[in-house]
Amino acid sequence: MVDRIADPWGERTPYGPGQEWPVRVDRFLDGDRTEADVDRWVQSASVLHSNGDALDIAVADGRIVGVRGRAVDRINRGRVDPKDLYGWQANHSPDRLTRPLVRDGDRLVETDWDTAMGRIVARSKELLSGPGGWGHFGFYTTGQLFLEEYYALGVIGKAGLGTPHMDGNTRLCTATAAAAMKASFGTDGQPGSYTDVDHCDAIALWGHNVAETQTVLWMRMLDRRRGPNPPAMLAVDPRATPVAREADLHLAVRNGTNVALMNGLLREIIRRGWYDRDYVDAHTLGFEELCRVVDGYPPRRVADICDVPAADVERAAELLGTSRRLLSTVLQGFYQSNQATAAACGVNNLHLVRGMIGRPGAGIYQMNGQPTAQNTRETGADGDLPGLRNWENTAHIEELARLWNVEVDTIPHWAPPTHAMQIFRYAEQGSIKLLWITATNPAVSLPDLSRIRRILAKRELFVVVQDLFLTETAELADVVLPAATWGEKTGTFTSVDRTVHISDKAVDPPGEARPDLDIFLDYARRMGFRDRDGQPLIPWTGPQEVFEAWKECSRGRPCDYTGITYEKLRGGSGIQWPCTEEHPDGTERLYTDGRFNTDPDYCETYGHDLATGAEFTEPEYRAKEPQGRAFLHTVDYQPSPEVPDDDHPMLLTTGRTVYQFHTRTKTGRAPQLNAAAPEVWVELHPGDAARLGIGEGDLVGISSARGGIEARARISGIRPGVVFVPFHYGYFDQDPDDRTPRAANELTITAWDPVSKQPLFKVAAVAVAKLADGRGVPSPAPTVGGSAPLADAGVPPTVGGPTARATSGKE
Amino acid sequence: MHLAHYLGLLHRAQVNLADAFRQVADAHGDEPDIEHLCQQQAKRCDAHAEQLHPFATRYSEDAPDEPDRLHSQLFSGTRTGGIGLLRDLQDLYLMAAECDIAWTVVGQAAYGARDEDLLAVVRRCEGETAIQLKWLRTRMKAAAPQALVVAD
Repeated sequence: MVDRIADPWGERTPYGPGQEWPVRVDRFLDGDRTEADVDRWVQSASVLHSNGDALDIAVADGRIVGVRGRAVDRINRGRVDPKDLYGWQANHSPDRLTRPLVRDGDRLVETDWDTAMGRIVARSKELLSGPGGWGHFGFYTTGQLFLEEYYALGVIGKAGLGTPHMDGNTRLCTATAAAAMKASFGTDGQPGSYTDVDHCDAIALWGHNVAETQTVLWMRMLDRRRGPNPPAMLAVDPRATPVAREADLHLAVRNGTNVALMNGLLREIIRRGWYDRDYVDAHTLGFEELCRVVDGYPPRRVADICDVPAADVERAAELLGTSRRLLSTVLQGFYQSNQATAAACGVNNLHLVRGMIGRPGAGIYQMNGQPTAQNTRETGADGDLPGLRNWENTAHIEELARLWNVEVDTIPHWAPPTHAMQIFRYAEQGSIKLLWITATNPAVSLPDLSRIRRILAKRELFVVVQDLFLTETAELADVVLPAATWGEKTGTFTSVDRTVHISDKAVDPPGEARPDLDIFLDYARRMGFRDRDGQPLIPWTGPQEVFEAWKECSRGRPCDYTGITYEKLRGGSGIQWPCTEEHPDGTERLYTDGRFNTDPDYCETYGHDLATGAEFTEPEYRAKEPQGRAFLHTVDYQPSPEVPDDDHPMLLTTGRTVYQFHTRTKTGRAPQLNAAAPEVWVELHPGDAARLGIGEGDLVGISSARGGIEARARISGIRPGVVFVPFHYGYFDQDPDDRTPRAANELTITAWDPVSKQPLFKVAAVAVAKLADGRGVPSPAPTVGGSAPLADAGVPPTVGGPTARATSGKE
Repeated sequence: MHLAHYLGLLHRAQVNLADAFRQVADAHGDEPDIEHLCQQQAKRCDAHAEQLHPFATRYSEDAPDEPDRLHSQLFSGTRTGGIGLLRDLQDLYLMAAECDIAWTVVGQAAYGARDEDLLAVVRRCEGETAIQLKWLRTRMKAAAPQALVVAD
């Protein structure tokens, strides 16, 4: 028995370089049930983080009663993240939406599907009837539906309504990963494989608290660290996360300065001859310009900008520069910060100049934050086109037009698909009049929440929300559609390292709740979308038909699924795309021959200026004659749009705890997870706390130019001058008449990276003041993870107790 | 030698463009990318003007009188709303285009004057002006259909 709340990572199974990661099968069953009580196991994978851990759902008496990791799967070899062990209980929460709701004045009232869909369709047809009608529609989707659902939604938007205004909350989590890979390698698509952990001799984690965001990947890294010949480890993070504590070298950089750090590290690596001249000559473009820019970043200047010791910058360069099989992982500390795309490209540059790509152990994970974000990107349900096509390449648009049998100009391709923050801006200005939000909660997760609430509450804006629960966003909707969730519907989705899994339906959804795919197909049918020959544009009736259609759309593109079938995904391990007739078992690593997807006819973008987002044209791109070489892009460091001043002297960064996911829509309804992290907190450095007269557990006010919140203080190992607030906590579980501001995004700034358009959640200027004494009661922050208290604080440890007892079997 | 006049023209065009970028940034604070990038580009224009200044001073010593109608006024204040934003960006585009062609002209003259230092400044700055044009075009292309066809 193991308490996976007290120990989220479980027991170590050490292994050495080149060995297979040992199997460890994690399991949690409801109450006193044993495997003998389980009627059947239904194959699935995790939807509470982006790692893609394969698991089986236990079903007894028609209900989900637990989960068990799949030993056969290449990603997790049986292990399960604590969010997945306990999170399925939210499916049974008594407040699930079971009937559609429609607005009646100030109230939402229950209704039937015909009435709810009738309202949406009537409004849609009315809006579509005038010139430019397409421009009144906005879709804001997620990274948590299934591939089939995104593809259907993408076709509805692009070929049915003809609107470019569709994006996912993936804009908040993974847009920079996609943008950086497009910029460096020509298209999206993760070069590496999770098995690179098995082979590497150094791991660099760039703004990536993997211990809390992808626990199973961290288990793999820890198992290598506890085995023979462990990899060296470098962590870049302003907080003392478990990763930072484990690392051999921790650079606690000032938020928003990543580009200066990357430039400085590259300078050292080039100057000290730790780069691969042959690889650079044969496989990259832009080395001279790269050298020119990074030359301006000697260690002393980097130390000044980033506020880390110059000697540590040199040590980091040596760790990176002398490794022989380097693995890098990148996440929100880079993606949600100032100059995001440029910083993420800096990591790509590091691997390109060292030739550390496309072979075992030499890999890059430009991570995702959500389980199915990869599919939002691939299928074009966000700011991309289906099949990782280039919106500026007319031949690519013609392929889609042929596939869907519509006119080329039906598909909006005059500019890139509209990014999320601009969709909300158009809604604010009134030109978007119908906003359809699926499986995401912008009223808690977008920056500057008072503005977002004001937009969603506008009378002229018709808001449709499709979700499991009456979220803070659904409260403001005109129509709420009850959706089925994981375990209640069938579909596929893809992990960070391109591994495709199937998730089969285990049980029926509650009440009248429907799979998201069924809702989209119903809308398409009611709208009567037609192709060029007057036939239904969307003829599909179920997920497998959509998957087969998607395969055709993916054919010949980097994300080629044509060799995958539902049958092939059932029973064994997940399969990595591209998977084709020639490569029926999938493809473990991309770019193994040093040839990248930069051919002008194949690439996904003609490129951007990283400082402004200015787009380069096709002739300009062709003139570079990429010939399969990767691009080395960099720019000079520029300070963030918001830096501390006298009124707001501290920097705010936001993030996650291991126990909660996003806005707690599910994890907040799983008792063990919620008890471990029940309430918001704010982390302070002991020096700042002493200066402000704040002690552990004291109530603290945090305010920015946008708004203020209250939270109890955790004195932690965060860097001086910076405070951290988790972004999970909204208001759904507070008394509606007595809501105390506590959402981190009341404080954050509306600003984004010029290329990836990812909002800046890591760099807001705030003021901090004590409001009330904690009287010795510690803050509700978990003692596990980045929020761990200082060693001598005497805070009782976070434990799960008897109801959190799980098993973990080694084979 | 008339180079001083064209240096003066370019210098003033950069100062005017910096000022216009700042006015547009202030007027369109509800478009955060416009505000931030216009402020950023205003600083670039400041830097261009600063780098031109010593050359304008040096060449003015042996310059004849300034010709008539050398300077033109391209910007007369900001506007509001979606179409107002487009028009403001178009003003910035035209002003940046004036700088762009003036860099070309000054660069040619620098060759003629065998002035390596001035040529180096032109090389450094003209690319940044070209990026300004590109960014403005990119942003206007994305905004135009919604502002001109969709908005009420």
